[in-house]
Amino acid sequence: MDTLAPAPAPATAPARTLQPMLRLIDIEKVYQTKTIETVALNRVNLTIGKGEFVSIMGPSGCGKSTLLSLIGLLDEPTSGTIELNGRAVRSYSDKEVAALRNSKIGFVFQSYHLINDLSVLDNVELPLLYRPGVSGKERRQRALDALDKVGLSARTAHFPGQLSGGQRQRVAIARALVGQPELILADEPTGNLDSVMGEEIMDLLLELNRRDGVTIVMVTHDEQQALKTERLVRFFDGSQVS
Amino acid sequence: MLLSYIKIAWKVLMRRKFFTAINLFGISFTLMILLVVMALFDHALGPNNPERRTDRLLYVQTIRQQMQDGLGWMNMPASPHFVNHFVRTLKTPEQVGMISNINNATAFTNKGLLALDVRYADGEFWQMMDFEFLSGRAFTPAEVKQSQPLCVINEATARQYFGRLDVVGQTLELDLHRYRVAGVVRNVSAARIMTYSDVWLPYTLDPGLLRDSRLEGPYLTIILAPSAAAVPAVRREFDQLVRRIPIPKPKDVKAIYAFADTPLISLTRAIHFDVNATRLEDDNLGTFYAVVITLGLLFMLLPALNLVNLNVTRILERSGEIGVRKAFGATGSNLVSQFLVENVVLVLVGGLLGLALAAGALALLNESEVLAHAHFSLSWRVFGWGLLLTLLFGLMSGVYPAWKMSRLNPVAALRGSGEQK
Repeated sequence: MDTLAPAPAPATAPARTLQPMLRLIDIEKVYQTKTIETVALNRVNLTIGKGEFVSIMGPSGCGKSTLLSLIGLLDEPTSGTIELNGRAVRSYSDKEVAALRNSKIGFVFQSYHLINDLSVLDNVELPLLYRPGVSGKERRQRALDALDKVGLSARTAHFPGQLSGGQRQRVAIARALVGQPELILADEPTGNLDSVMGEEIMDLLLELNRRDGVTIVMVTHDEQQALKTERLVRFFDGSQVS
Repeated sequence: MLLSYIKIAWKVLMRRKFFTAINLFGISFTLMILLVVMALFDHALGPNNPERRTDRLLYVQTIRQQMQDGLGWMNMPASPHFVNHFVRTLKTPEQVGMISNINNATAFTNKGLLALDVRYADGEFWQMMDFEFLSGRAFTPAEVKQSQPLCVINEATARQYFGRLDVVGQTLELDLHRYRVAGVVRNVSAARIMTYSDVWLPYTLDPGLLRDSRLEGPYLTIILAPSAAAVPAVRREFDQLVRRIPIPKPKDVKAIYAFADTPLISLTRAIHFDVNATRLEDDNLGTFYAVVITLGLLFMLLPALNLVNLNVTRILERSGEIGVRKAFGATGSNLVSQFLVENVVLVLVGGLLGLALAAGALALLNESEVLAHAHFSLSWRVFGWGLLLTLLFGLMSGVYPAWKMSRLNPVAALRGSGEQK
């Protein structure tokens, strides 16, 4: 597949000096039930620069996915501030937050979360449905372009159930890309794939970051893949340890 | 976006065939019953031949005379005297006519006795109504005045008595009286109680015709307003007229009441919600509408609640999709719209099935000939009402589940739990 570039050299080196895109300041997330209080994130401070590829690692339950939900504006912290492009997210209304998610952020999930009732093309078009001023024709064209980018132009009329795991994840990446977001959040994108397919997906993400300058934050359990990214952040028991 | 919603709605319906079948059964059965009731109602009271101008027609069904000394009420239709000497003096109507109650008469044919319904009418009656003449014509006011022995008969009578339809000028013998057939009209449904009959004769031939000045008699007074907008003015003038009518026997009768009503109000005024009849002016129309709407909504509520329940239980099943849509920028109102469209699509499919079932049920009713000459059908008017009811049903059953779905927390939704915001 000619769209996939070979994996670059491991990038454990410190991050380049980049303009900050996202800042997490003293973030705490506490889940409270009647009897138990669980601290998922404890005073997390993290800055992600524009164009960076950051991977987040840690054992299960250490707060990685919670962190990704907060960065993705899907949830709110119990305390602390999240700044996106210099503005505190708390100051946005629900509608503005939805618009931000639509225009600035693309999600890639471990279990793909494709809508089985929709064709590959319709799945990829989905984010553009919620973007005002995008015509049906433009939506279709942009979805085709995104599918071309991930090497799935020939599968537009297929349904998710007819694709392999790797192909589904590529569709999910195309869906994340179609709105041309500044930030892609990938939650264990290779977690359900075998090593060959996992490599393919990882190469694709690296290519997007390197060629198109898309900022990527990826949660992973795979040390090998994490080492391919520019920066590796480790979490343990809700706190950042490196 | 709407196309995408409709596409996914269709896919969801096809994916869950059992769930869809249960829903469609509830929706289509409910709508079928409502549509059949509406078709019956429309058949009896809607603007159908010969009462085409229902928006302008007013009827005086009863003259209510309150007796002296608490002796109660005498409720009867009007006499020709009441129509000719009082109602015809009104300035606002375009025309005034009358028709008697139904009488029974017998004719002899080669095959045996033929029992017929006979009504007496004036010449104006024919000008106000839109009978469909298959041959001949109606009798005129002049012929009525001259007591000409003419009759108008319906198609069924022509076939049963003469064996054919081209019978104008032939003689019909009824209860030993002979009448010349002036015209043959298409059968009128027995549900059109103001106009239905087998044979219509000039009222001046009515053997029971009272020639004195009493107000009560067997005649229904019919008033045609010049336009629908003029109806209130005609009713007002009629009310004033009734107040001016001298009471024929003041010793016995304390007061007289009569109202010129539309066909529907004629019906609702006859329903005595008020047992003591102390508020005669109340036409009960508001109460009638309230009762009918409440019953209709209650009737729709059961399947709607069933649909609400099924939809709510499916939230968990679709939580992943809801989470994804939210993650990619769908707002609460986007999701409410989507699920409402889905529900409306389901209900519209149910509505179409309901229409087909209603058409089948009406065909069975027509086949059974439960009412003479009645031909029930689904008109565009009934279809329009059915469509409105269907959409109302779709919204009733869709709003709450859609709102609940839109409130799902996106993180929980992506995890597949139904946790709310």
